[in-house]
Amino acid sequence: MNSTRKRRLFNICIVILFSMSGAGLILYSLNSNLDYFFTPTELKNKTISVDKRIKVGGMVLKGSVERISSKVSFTITDYKNSVNVEYEGIVPDLFKEESGVVVLGYLKNQMVFAEEVLAKHDENYMPPSLKIVNDN
Amino acid sequence: MIKKFIHQFASPKTFLLQVERSYSFIFFTSLCIYVFSIVWGLLFTPEDFVQGNSYRIMYLHVPASFLSQSLYIAMAVSSVTYLIWRVKLAAYLVIAIAPIGAMTTFIALISGSIWGIPTWGTWWQWDARITSTLILFIMYLGLISLHNSFSNYEKADKLLSWLVIVGAVNIPIIKKSVDWWSTLHQSASITLTEKPSIDPVMLYPLIGAIIGFFGLIVCLILMSSKNQIFIREKNKSWVKDYV
Repeated sequence: MNSTRKRRLFNICIVILFSMSGAGLILYSLNSNLDYFFTPTELKNKTISVDKRIKVGGMVLKGSVERISSKVSFTITDYKNSVNVEYEGIVPDLFKEESGVVVLGYLKNQMVFAEEVLAKHDENYMPPSLKIVNDN
Repeated sequence: MIKKFIHQFASPKTFLLQVERSYSFIFFTSLCIYVFSIVWGLLFTPEDFVQGNSYRIMYLHVPASFLSQSLYIAMAVSSVTYLIWRVKLAAYLVIAIAPIGAMTTFIALISGSIWGIPTWGTWWQWDARITSTLILFIMYLGLISLHNSFSNYEKADKLLSWLVIVGAVNIPIIKKSVDWWSTLHQSASITLTEKPSIDPVMLYPLIGAIIGFFGLIVCLILMSSKNQIFIREKNKSWVKDYV
């Protein structure tokens, strides 16, 4: 490599370094603001005003889903802490016990009044027959 | 010898002749692989234990998302090559890839939205993965319009290449977004280090679809770079002879 090319390579490295550190600083300062939802543990350590719309995510606790006419209540857990949720409306097909969920709503008296319930699925894909074999 | 080979290949004329020779082979091979894998994936794989049939859109979504990021990396590599060695062909490739990258990103976004409706219950949410992919799409569009806004090709190429390198910072962010932050989007199923979390019966057609889609996109890039060569070198005598 001759000297001009070395200089150009050096310039490119400088540009990459600066853009990386710039993006790094931005992401570092935004930090948890980029999180899509709070976990129940994070929620416990925070004071959130009642008129702020928040998202809470985690797993639906086994045996916690109760349906009374069109109302659904359940508990979101991260297996350390949990929070109760109340929702009126239709839940997505993938919503079920011991599966991921994200709710949007307001926190009142340690209880989330949800306006929207989204199901979160994980990265595992397998045929149902195999699932039964694995479980047994 | 390698140096000589690279020098020859980097000449637009040799490149064009090589493309002519290998194009139909690449096209038909990847078309066969793609059609075979898609049919296999859509009709002959079992349902998923959670998502039922709706997971099958991943045979479109995953290849498109994979390529939207890979094409940007390819653009960045071409940009570095152009800026250091001033290889003209590399500059042509950068602008030839850009619209195709935008297209694959668009497919990834749309197919992701369609997939989101039956599974998540929403077609759009501002989570880190989805938002960073949208930024990638806007970036592709911005790069194309920047290049179009110049009448001087050399200036356009240089500025475009620098901007591509600066924007490359978004790629690791997209890739790692599902690990760094909590997102609605699930984490990666196929990684280099771990065993894939997709069952083999669903994984093999997916890998086939990725390879086939990759080949078809390569064909598009070859066509688009051929266009670039014709546009930029229209005054060269060999182009006149060729046409």
